[in-house]
Amino acid sequence: MPSIEATESPEPQERPEEIKAVPVRRPGRWIAAAVVAVIAVSIIHSAATNPRFQWDIVGHYLFDPRILEGVRVTVELTVVAMIIGIAGGIVLAVMRLSPNRLVSGASWIYIWFFRGTPLLVQLVFWNYIGALYPRIDLGIPFGPAFIHANANTLLKPFLVCILGLGLNEAAYMSEIVRAGIISVDEGQTQAAASLGMGRLLTMRRIVLPQSMRVIIPPTGNETISMLKNTSLVSVIAYVDLFYSAQLIYSVNYRTIPLLIVVSIWYLAMTSVLYVGQYFIERHFDRGFTLADQVNLRSRWLAFRHMS
Amino acid sequence: MVKAEAVHKRFGRLEVLKGINLKVEPGEVMCLLGPSGSGKSTFLRCINHLEKINSGRLSVDGELVGYREAGGELHELRESEVSRQRAQIGMVFQQFNLFPHMTALENLIEAPTRVLKLGRDEARERARALLAQVGLTDKVDAYPAQLSGGQQQRVAIARALAMRPKLMLFDEPTSALDPELVGDVLDAMRQLARDGMTMIVVTHEMGFAREVADTVVFMDGGVVVESGKPTQVLAQPRHERTKAFLSKVL
Repeated sequence: MPSIEATESPEPQERPEEIKAVPVRRPGRWIAAAVVAVIAVSIIHSAATNPRFQWDIVGHYLFDPRILEGVRVTVELTVVAMIIGIAGGIVLAVMRLSPNRLVSGASWIYIWFFRGTPLLVQLVFWNYIGALYPRIDLGIPFGPAFIHANANTLLKPFLVCILGLGLNEAAYMSEIVRAGIISVDEGQTQAAASLGMGRLLTMRRIVLPQSMRVIIPPTGNETISMLKNTSLVSVIAYVDLFYSAQLIYSVNYRTIPLLIVVSIWYLAMTSVLYVGQYFIERHFDRGFTLADQVNLRSRWLAFRHMS
Repeated sequence: MVKAEAVHKRFGRLEVLKGINLKVEPGEVMCLLGPSGSGKSTFLRCINHLEKINSGRLSVDGELVGYREAGGELHELRESEVSRQRAQIGMVFQQFNLFPHMTALENLIEAPTRVLKLGRDEARERARALLAQVGLTDKVDAYPAQLSGGQQQRVAIARALAMRPKLMLFDEPTSALDPELVGDVLDAMRQLARDGMTMIVVTHEMGFAREVADTVVFMDGGVVVESGKPTQVLAQPRHERTKAFLSKVL
């Protein structure tokens, strides 16, 4: 029988010398780095020297009042549509998980419809809703109506955009929220129930805060998508960032520089969203990372130490 | 305190409890023993209505669990009424089930402030006292992930006690713990028993059952095989199945 020898050492032994070995050569890395560097330099060089980029005109229009107004509209559309999308998504997700078949079925059909048709088509559809329902009445179904409205005066272009973008987003958000809810361990619901907490209280205080860790990253994705998808409203002639640029270059034919202006603004706005997402994620990571809030500080100190 | 008469429970076609008759007096500590799949945990979960029973009668403190009897008929209780009943029964789980996004203190004040509508300051005070009682004064602001299994389970016990329950249910509270951490949890439970808490404990800790239990119940195949004082059931079992089980675990 083989014997296992173990040296007993109640006292911690002195640590032997740190290993100093010759590192393996990695020529592949050097070649790859060189290729990337050459490509990057040539792109920057061409952008700087090709006069057709017309950088001076880019600079001229970057803070043009019409462009800035377009930026404001794009931000407004994104924020309002995402609020509708997230609120609607939570409602649809809770409906989808309901034991009532009719309720969960209704949610399923909503999601099926809005995910199954292009957003562009939906937007144009909302724009022509007046042709389908010229009059909108609010009242008891099949009974008397209390409020009458003309669809074309009620559904202003802003409302059309918000409905189109928000209702479509709700369908996607509901699947994200649902994934978040079912990712929370069953034991959490049981523990809450055993403490006498009701279903809604448990959802609000125990399940949703924990599901946020799963919900936030794809929601950040959705917000970035939304920011760019708002440019679709130009098809119904709503003046967002992209459409205001189109209006300018349709007159002066400075197409390329204005497209660059638009791209710069979209990039700037998505960058802001990255920062926001980082802080929201950190907030909901409470208790899930062993190291606590000191984490960020120590990482920063370590980083400074290195450089 | 707890009275079970002919309690049956089915999952689909699988009958898990086949007529359980039990009585637990106030201040009594009852240990449920038995092989896995014998229905011990299911029975425990029926007592606070986490599982619905299919037939029989189950009452806590003279009140039917989950139902009201009126005019010779049983009426299901509304969710809020079930919650009120559960609030009086503490439960400790095998997997602790602490709320990971809250500190130990927050875990302890959540239900008292939201369910019992206790003031925040009073709830905090109660929580600190309970954490001290289970020996975790210095872990008040720790998140569950920063605690060992044994510490987590003691926080879970304190969380259940923060509701001032009249009955405590323990579902294999030490089964998920490293052996060296079991002792602290059992000490906390022992202290609770000395303070006169009514407890039903599903456990494999024979030493604890022998020392602390007033009654030991041996279950197998969804029925109570035998019950009695620990000295009798553990030392001189009358049934072959009890003997066979004990010979394997002791």
